[in-house]
Amino acid sequence: MAILEVEHLQKSFGSTDVLKDITFSVEKGQAVSIIGSSGSGKTTLLRCLNFLESPDSGTIKVNGQVIFDPAVQGRLSEKDIRERRLHFGLVFQSFNLFPQYTALQNVTLAKTLMVRQQKLDKNNPGILKSIEEEGKELLERMGLADRMGNYPHQLSGGQQQRVAIARALALSPDILCFDEPTSALDPELTGEVLRVIRSLAEQNFTMIIVTHEMAFARDVASHVIFMDSGRIAEQGRPEEVFGNPHEERTRHFLAGFSQS
Amino acid sequence: MKLILEQMPIVFRSLNVGFLQTLRLFFITLIGAFPLGLVICMGTMSRLRLLSSICKVFVWIIRGTPLMIQLLIIYYFPGLVWHNPIWGSGENGRFLAASVAFIINYACYFSEIYRGGIQAIPVGQEEAGLVLGMTRSQIFFRIKLLQMIKRVLPPISNEIITLVKDTSLSRIIALQEIIWAGQAFMKGSQGISGAIWPLFFTAVYYLAATGILTIGLGSLE
Repeated sequence: MAILEVEHLQKSFGSTDVLKDITFSVEKGQAVSIIGSSGSGKTTLLRCLNFLESPDSGTIKVNGQVIFDPAVQGRLSEKDIRERRLHFGLVFQSFNLFPQYTALQNVTLAKTLMVRQQKLDKNNPGILKSIEEEGKELLERMGLADRMGNYPHQLSGGQQQRVAIARALALSPDILCFDEPTSALDPELTGEVLRVIRSLAEQNFTMIIVTHEMAFARDVASHVIFMDSGRIAEQGRPEEVFGNPHEERTRHFLAGFSQS
Repeated sequence: MKLILEQMPIVFRSLNVGFLQTLRLFFITLIGAFPLGLVICMGTMSRLRLLSSICKVFVWIIRGTPLMIQLLIIYYFPGLVWHNPIWGSGENGRFLAASVAFIINYACYFSEIYRGGIQAIPVGQEEAGLVLGMTRSQIFFRIKLLQMIKRVLPPISNEIITLVKDTSLSRIIALQEIIWAGQAFMKGSQGISGAIWPLFFTAVYYLAATGILTIGLGSLE
């Protein structure tokens, strides 16, 4: 059964239609990559999934349960929206780490605040300690065991992005979204971030990855979506989309990469 | 010359007392205006149109008129118009009225500085907080506030230095701060009259205060 079903999603900014009738689904444990030229709507799609933008119409279901429906969206409380968006995690192109917190604090902050807000630490005094342990473990898995006490400005871009991935994982999202996670990095730093994402794919994390790294998109994903001017122009297994594209637009887009 | 040396202890005792009042007004203004500025700032940035409009007009009026007028109105208006001198009589009443005027005035300036500081924070910080399921108040107090403070420290330092000297405006409602104390010796006080040199010495007090503040605020930045 699909963990994520997106149906007929539409979004426009003013008179510009950014997303037109987007329909796709993601299976549990599947890594999906979304490719396409700038302005094709890839980032807006991820932002809709994470409730940073509100689609004009269409539905989003997670585990068969509708979490976005424009008909009820306006009536949701901020608390409802917070709970719903926690199905998703988002890793930003520009990392967006919190500069005043250490790597470890960046990872643990949201969960710690959530626990305090719900006063869960009153009955369970060890819970904050266990959040910290989880945070340390996540950073170790990102290869950052010796960087936990460092502040973001003391870290390289690749290290910052790995902290950001750990931060997103700390809330155990059902689906982890990556918005061009390596576009702000030097080529030599790109590799270390891609390796981390690849290892997550091998551990069967459900992921949606927007990327311009074509070799990576082909390699890591079991499903590829090619977007063109707000529509899904083509989707399928990576060997089909990359090896034998049916659409002229896909061929044209991929040709631009093989030349460069 | 000999006369001045004899007068000095009397003058400095007076100036010290006046300067103490200056410092009291300075600190009470900061203590009140820092948080009130934040409240006004949140009001001007509120998503409630009416609230934000009211706050913006208020800030415009306070920043657009001289502090001296505000002092006069706040001190004299209740007594003259309502026939209810709410500030009470004497130095305590004047100090209370001056404190209110200064706190409101500086809070409005601070609120605009805070607003600039908050708006300069990249939108990605708020978005990162949102996707991590934080509430709006958590995002403000845990993420934005500290970044805002770091950004506003230089312009706030500037206002703090200005405030040291602005306290002298309270002379207009006869608050017995240091200028008042120095001027008293021109008109005649404690057997000294027609002396302008005590007024020059008030400047030394201001210079010392702003000098210490400049060094302190500089190290904070």
